[in-house]
Amino acid sequence: MNVRAHMSMIFHLDKCIGCHTCSIACKNLWTDRKGAEYMWWNNVETRPGTGYPTQWEDQERFKGGWVWDGKKLNLRLHSRLGGLMKLFYNPPLPKIDDYYDPFTFQYSDLFNAPLGDDQPTAIPISQITGEPMEIKTGPNWDDDLGGSSTYAWNDPNLSQLPESVRIQMQELEQIVFNYLPRICNHCLNPACLAACPSGAIYKRVEDGVVLVNENKCRSWRMCIAACPYKKVYFNWSTGKSEKCILCFPRLETGQATACAHSCVGRIRYLGVLLYDADLLPQTAMVSDEQLIEAHRSVILDPFDPEVIASARANGIEDSWITSAQDSPAYKFVKLWGLALPLHPEYRTIPMMFYIPPLSPIVSVIEEDLYRLDVSDEMRDFELFDRLDKARIPIKYLANLFSAGNESAIRPIIRKMLATRIYMRHKSVDGVIDDKTLALLNDAGTNPEEVEAIYKLTTMPNYKEAFVIPEYHRETAIEAWDDPLAHKGDTGFGFIQPPHRGG
Amino acid sequence: MIWDTIFFIILPYIAFSLAIAVGIYRSIYRPFTVTSLSSQLLERKKLYWGSISFHYGLVTILLAHLYALTLPKSVLWWNSVPIRLYLLELTGLALGIFAFVGICILLWRRFSEKRVQAVTTPMDIVVLVLVFISILTGILIASLYRFGSSWFTVIFTPYILSMFAFKPNVGLVAPLPWLIKLHVINFFIMVAVFPFSRLIHIFTYPFQYLYRPWQIVIWNRKVKSAKKLSSAQGK
Ligand code: SF4
Repeated sequence: MNVRAHMSMIFHLDKCIGCHTCSIACKNLWTDRKGAEYMWWNNVETRPGTGYPTQWEDQERFKGGWVWDGKKLNLRLHSRLGGLMKLFYNPPLPKIDDYYDPFTFQYSDLFNAPLGDDQPTAIPISQITGEPMEIKTGPNWDDDLGGSSTYAWNDPNLSQLPESVRIQMQELEQIVFNYLPRICNHCLNPACLAACPSGAIYKRVEDGVVLVNENKCRSWRMCIAACPYKKVYFNWSTGKSEKCILCFPRLETGQATACAHSCVGRIRYLGVLLYDADLLPQTAMVSDEQLIEAHRSVILDPFDPEVIASARANGIEDSWITSAQDSPAYKFVKLWGLALPLHPEYRTIPMMFYIPPLSPIVSVIEEDLYRLDVSDEMRDFELFDRLDKARIPIKYLANLFSAGNESAIRPIIRKMLATRIYMRHKSVDGVIDDKTLALLNDAGTNPEEVEAIYKLTTMPNYKEAFVIPEYHRETAIEAWDDPLAHKGDTGFGFIQPPHRGG
Repeated sequence: MIWDTIFFIILPYIAFSLAIAVGIYRSIYRPFTVTSLSSQLLERKKLYWGSISFHYGLVTILLAHLYALTLPKSVLWWNSVPIRLYLLELTGLALGIFAFVGICILLWRRFSEKRVQAVTTPMDIVVLVLVFISILTGILIASLYRFGSSWFTVIFTPYILSMFAFKPNVGLVAPLPWLIKLHVINFFIMVAVFPFSRLIHIFTYPFQYLYRPWQIVIWNRKVKSAKKLSSAQGK
């Protein structure tokens, strides 16, 4: 056993309100620079939808992730030699228009326009060329379905759904969408890293953050195509790759990442997961049906004495082990089994996890009036027993979070519904009847667990949602410098501006 | 002649010294600037036609030059049979034209694409023009002064060797026609420009990718080295 620690984020999709506060917090902090205008290290997509960059999940085109052929794990993008041959031109690399042409407005026009009969307007200009442009698309063009069904039905995840379900999803009274916030997944088997010819990308062992060494990046841009989530971006001005850094400067000083910290819906949780590095990359070398189980088995129980012993042997501090024991990530992923990785079939073993959203109850139109499809007294139990009636098809969620494997989604939705039903009876009726208890049993849970899920889902405080261990950077600094001298030197040094090389 | 001394002794020595010294300095102290500055994200259609033909054509020809310089005898041996000579010359010319088409498309792309212009530095233009002259003169020489693959070895191999020995024999190149001289001088200028431009990416071609492990993990907390350091300091 080779125990390592990982900072992981949980996204509770049932709580996301699609406000994009997270994206703005991230943008203001990290990508409000020349060459990075079009980058959204954190973005929020409406699902069904095509996402950002448009149709990023279409791996036939973008060639992201790994392919398991039964014997070997290969990059979908290239072989080693093939990669070197394609340095001069790399066909699967998305073009800027797959994201969008970044734009701003000529605000000076508002002040400098000559006196006239009309109000002056600020025309849109491209942030690349500075020329006037017509805005044709943006990073969230299909937000809330974009007022049309055009975008949603190009969602690659819909393709495997039966035609009848797809048609049903388009009917007005059936229309449904949810939000999908995405950052870099800081994978355990990152394809971007494996595809980089220069070896400029690396994973930090102590917390699993995947970073690009800008000094080693040579603009070969293979990572951009190889990342199946399209979360490595090419800075067109400096000619270097950039990606989400999981706000490591914030984590190292005990603060939650900007996206998590600012999240209005409080959908995000941060915590340490312990994993067994010896199981990599074999974890990804299983059939699609076994992926979720294999993925969960890499994550270790932080209370297991054996795990604790080998964590200590690997130099993981006790504060990190306690932190892993308190971790909301551990609870949601492993203990309660509610959180799943996004697109595990890309086989990068992503380490950010999602709790799938619940659906609104199905309604029908009768004599021009909307009516719920089930009787009032049966409402709770009906949906619980008839998951196939859910407005967000289980198959669709499975395509997103479990490689199409519905049996991984059903227990999660049932447990969440059970929690909801239990808590409703408890708070509205004040009593829990036998039927509800039987239902909990049926969902594979019990009152204690359900109450704990309820508590962490609905009202965690800052310290419960973000369990961030002490990084003790001073011990790392000791490796090359006297920490006190280092502290005194802070602010005195030379920084080379990130200018485009000659 | 004084001009021959300037262009074939002083210029190459300066150019190569610059290339080595500045190249090393830049790789160590300004590593962020060392990149191939791809602009594929901004424009890809013209790049496809330009970049592939240019790179493959030019790299092959450059390697052929290098080969002829280091192993002249084998080239002469090969050329001793006429059909083999024609084959070699024709291949060279074809590759030259291939690269020439590439550089023309790349130049056209630089000037016609607004987005590419947004990232174009003056040095980019200098590099493109130098490469353009180099390929154009190369093609002209190959077609006007036959057969380059043979006379090249008897003139330039000794010349380069004399340069390496610091006993430059400029008499070898002095009688050459101006077109060939231009080709060579242009090359020396390219060498001088090399460390200051994007050309430096040539020497970062990542051969190590063929054998490096797929995944790279780095410990920030260098516990071991920290311990070593403190014991060395007697703490
Ligand atoms: S800030 Fe939170 S609730 Fe708002 S879009 Fe982002 S993840 Fe969703």
